[in-house]
Amino acid sequence: MKDIREDIAWAKINQDVMKSLENPRKLYWVILFFALMAFGFGVGCEIYQYQTGMGVENVNNPQVWGLYIATFIFWIGMSHSGTLLSAILHLMHADWRKPIYRFAEAMTTFSLMTAGLFVMVHIGRLWQFYYSLPYPNERGIWPNFQSPLLWDAMAIFTYLSSSVLFLFVGMIPDLAIVRDTMHPGWRKKLYTLLALGWEGTDRQWRNFRVTYLTIACFLIPLAVSVHSIVASDFGMSQQPGWHVTSFPPYFVAGALYSGCAAIITLFIILRYVFKFEEYMTKPILKKIVRLTFAIAMVWTYLNAVEFASVWYSHDQVSKDVLIQKATGTYAPFWWGMIFCGSVVPLVFAFKRFQTNIPVLFAVSLLLNLGMWLERWMIVAPTFAHGYYPWTWDNDQWPSMVAWGLVFASFGWFTLLFMIFCKVFPSVSMYEVKEMVYHRSLHLKKNETAEQGAH
Amino acid sequence: MSKRHLLALYGNFDEAEAVVKELRSAQIKGFDVNDDMIVKSPIEHPEVEAFLGDKPVYVQWFTLVGALMGGLFGFFLISGAQANFYMQMKGGKPIVPFPPNFILTYEMFILGGVFITILGFLVCAGLPAKRSSLYSTKVSIDNIAILVEAEEAAISALKAIFTKHKALEIQEEAGK
Repeated sequence: MKDIREDIAWAKINQDVMKSLENPRKLYWVILFFALMAFGFGVGCEIYQYQTGMGVENVNNPQVWGLYIATFIFWIGMSHSGTLLSAILHLMHADWRKPIYRFAEAMTTFSLMTAGLFVMVHIGRLWQFYYSLPYPNERGIWPNFQSPLLWDAMAIFTYLSSSVLFLFVGMIPDLAIVRDTMHPGWRKKLYTLLALGWEGTDRQWRNFRVTYLTIACFLIPLAVSVHSIVASDFGMSQQPGWHVTSFPPYFVAGALYSGCAAIITLFIILRYVFKFEEYMTKPILKKIVRLTFAIAMVWTYLNAVEFASVWYSHDQVSKDVLIQKATGTYAPFWWGMIFCGSVVPLVFAFKRFQTNIPVLFAVSLLLNLGMWLERWMIVAPTFAHGYYPWTWDNDQWPSMVAWGLVFASFGWFTLLFMIFCKVFPSVSMYEVKEMVYHRSLHLKKNETAEQGAH
Repeated sequence: MSKRHLLALYGNFDEAEAVVKELRSAQIKGFDVNDDMIVKSPIEHPEVEAFLGDKPVYVQWFTLVGALMGGLFGFFLISGAQANFYMQMKGGKPIVPFPPNFILTYEMFILGGVFITILGFLVCAGLPAKRSSLYSTKVSIDNIAILVEAEEAAISALKAIFTKHKALEIQEEAGK
């Protein structure tokens, strides 16, 4: 298996990444077209919902949260991969993250933007979205600061703005490379503006290093807090099946899991579309696969903890909800979640599949399907079997409009992500150079040591 | 006395390091090796600090101030708003409840920390900046550049050192 070559010319690294900004494979345009179609369909659904009313989502008492909230959690979870690859692995000095962390960071940003849309779509009255913001007003009315929903709004805003800044700061040296290489035109002007006059001086690098490290340190607890707070939206309520202590770590594990699965999917797509075979190598893919496998097992364990907590609790209604999940109307989806989330990743345990691209692509999609089902299975069954008998057997099936908006969210995310990868370098050039430099230094040291020994 | 700038490009890091060492030992009049020299590189070389000497970084002070300000602002904004409910019946519950307020304070602590760290980075790194006239796009590829500012009298000695170490290119410009 070929990894990134230590003797690769730095000029070639620049050229290869620059090519991705100009000549992607035709598949890029096909993906972009379908993403645009999906997004357009969603816009149509939203216009219809806006004009007709929230009834078209097919939610009604007791089903007050539907597919939109489930998908919102899914997208928030997806965003955690960027933090994992950029921040956690950065602090652990895992240099294999260098060619792939940029697109993972972009994924974080666009996932959060997609998740934010679902909150607005869910509340229906878009023009009153600003009610959730804490601003001084003449009536002295403030949002409820003790509500996890407000914590969520604040945490997501903090996470989104910090992620955008982290992505931008990490990209400055690369923007300077693109600025220096690009032919005159609007793009050169854009890169010149965004590069902020970066010249790679020792003073700039020194401050850059500290800044990047500091923000990475902030991002890790922030990412954990974001998904813990999302878990609190459920865990701090009294609804059966949600009031579980292990919800925050369970949500965080699920978030990292879906994020890693999405990284595998996008890794394979980008590798082909932008001809990054030399940088997004199979050994790197293998490492991500192993990481995903480990997280999948953690998620499976926490799932079991959640079921056990409910099963051995003295809350009969929560227990009934769990039984309903396994045997009721939602059973195929619930078992589908278990299968996709806990059984399918066992494929990763086999060495021959750890670098088999078609298998990994299919498996990564199944994992994400499982993780999406997980979120839906958190939201829907609880509302279908609450504490009051009148709520029992109120199964809800989402409408076509709701499905359309969920489908569109994938289009919207893909659209943003693919445009980003075409406009900005999705492989970090300077960090790949650093990786190559350090590896060649290491090789030289080993050779010298060997010669000395002889 | 007028100062001039010189920029020399080197193909690899070892050569650049040798030049800096010689500039340090040469003690050329009209050129201060600590203040008048900038090394530009395509990647962050940890060795640069070793031969340029430790230079302070102040970004973390911005971080500290930003995070504290963010946290304090968050806490007092929330508590101030909750104090508006003072005249309302709270049923024995605290007017300013610390545990839930801690969460938003924590988020604001991070938000303030990140924002002000970025500000600190821009201030400390001197960004945004106009690109200096002596700049080579080769630094974006793989060259190491040594930019010096020196008095007219020191220029020839500096040039000689650059040439001696086989600079790939030497650019010069009259200073202001």
